[in-house]
Amino acid sequence: MRLLTVAIAAPILAGSVGLSLYAMGDAGEFFFSPSQAAAKRVLPGRTIRLGGLVEAGSVRKLPDGTVEFGVTDRRDVDRVLYRGDLPDLFREGQGVVTRGAFRPDGVFEAQEVLAKHDERYMPKEVADALKRSGEWRGRTP
Amino acid sequence: MISALANPARFMATSRWLAPALGALAAVLLVAGLYLGFAAPDDYQQKATVRIMFIHVPAAFVGMGAYAALGVASFFGLVFRHVLADLAAKAAAPLGAAFTGLALVTGSLWGRPEWGTWWVWDARLTSVLVLFLLYLGYMALQAALDDEQKAARAAAILALVGLVNLPVIKFSVDWWSTLHQGESLFRKGGPTIAAVYLWPLGLMSVGYMSLFGALWLVLIRAEVWRRRTLAAELARAGA
Repeated sequence: MRLLTVAIAAPILAGSVGLSLYAMGDAGEFFFSPSQAAAKRVLPGRTIRLGGLVEAGSVRKLPDGTVEFGVTDRRDVDRVLYRGDLPDLFREGQGVVTRGAFRPDGVFEAQEVLAKHDERYMPKEVADALKRSGEWRGRTP
Repeated sequence: MISALANPARFMATSRWLAPALGALAAVLLVAGLYLGFAAPDDYQQKATVRIMFIHVPAAFVGMGAYAALGVASFFGLVFRHVLADLAAKAAAPLGAAFTGLALVTGSLWGRPEWGTWWVWDARLTSVLVLFLLYLGYMALQAALDDEQKAARAAAILALVGLVNLPVIKFSVDWWSTLHQGESLFRKGGPTIAAVYLWPLGLMSVGYMSLFGALWLVLIRAEVWRRRTLAAELARAGA
């Protein structure tokens, strides 16, 4: 009897949690990629997080200390302006998550830039050897 | 094995030597794991910070494993009304909370230099915080009811409901975009961690598990003794 109660309650509970999580939709997302932001037509001035890879060759330091770079998901690219300290891992080809808002002209003004690390860990020597042998499948700029 | 251990007398006899044996095993593995961890070369991107992984990942792993143990014990306690299962569930909670707390703290210390922030509300970090709060809620509920049997039953229901959080934690990095990186170990195509890091990580993981096992047995034993003392006192007062 008690076992039956648990056996009936468990799938109902799991189903309801699953549906709630599904209903949360975008609320569970930490950031949008440039193409997601474009598809959702994010309004200028609305604060969102924009994430992707720092586009190779796109990082420029402007005279007033602002850094300009492109964030790409390999489909769309958004230009990002940011003034402030960048994390140590920030470099071209590296994943980043920025928080800010689009200007009416489509440039993203960021108040915060966080680095996103990928799931690969290896000693420097191994990474170098992979690059030399052409086996590197990373996000090299 | 579980049915054999379900006999309290046999459990006490077995755990008497099993607890210190697991403790000794944990000590050896943790020392070896820490040594290999510090001897490992720096990561190509994270440099020396990568060593936090050897503390952080096993802590998160055992924090979740402890909740699974709590859930299984609660199930047997609730459905089959087994006293030892109630005690096992009660004893698992503070340990799980400690390991989960360690994972949260070390993760925060790791996030600051690598991501540039101590904390973000992404799906992985938030779901692990929920796990931590579930442990605290479990312990609070357990402590709030004076009748130990009622407390065990109410807490067991909470523990079983909380089990849905475990797959959410595990798959949070696949279901949603997160700042936390994706799965490195149990993924298709094998781990994406170099072998030189896998060894200390594996040793530390088994070491943490042994440590949890040892402490869990000690806490269950303490709880059994407490109940026996209580029963003896009641008997004396009644006589």
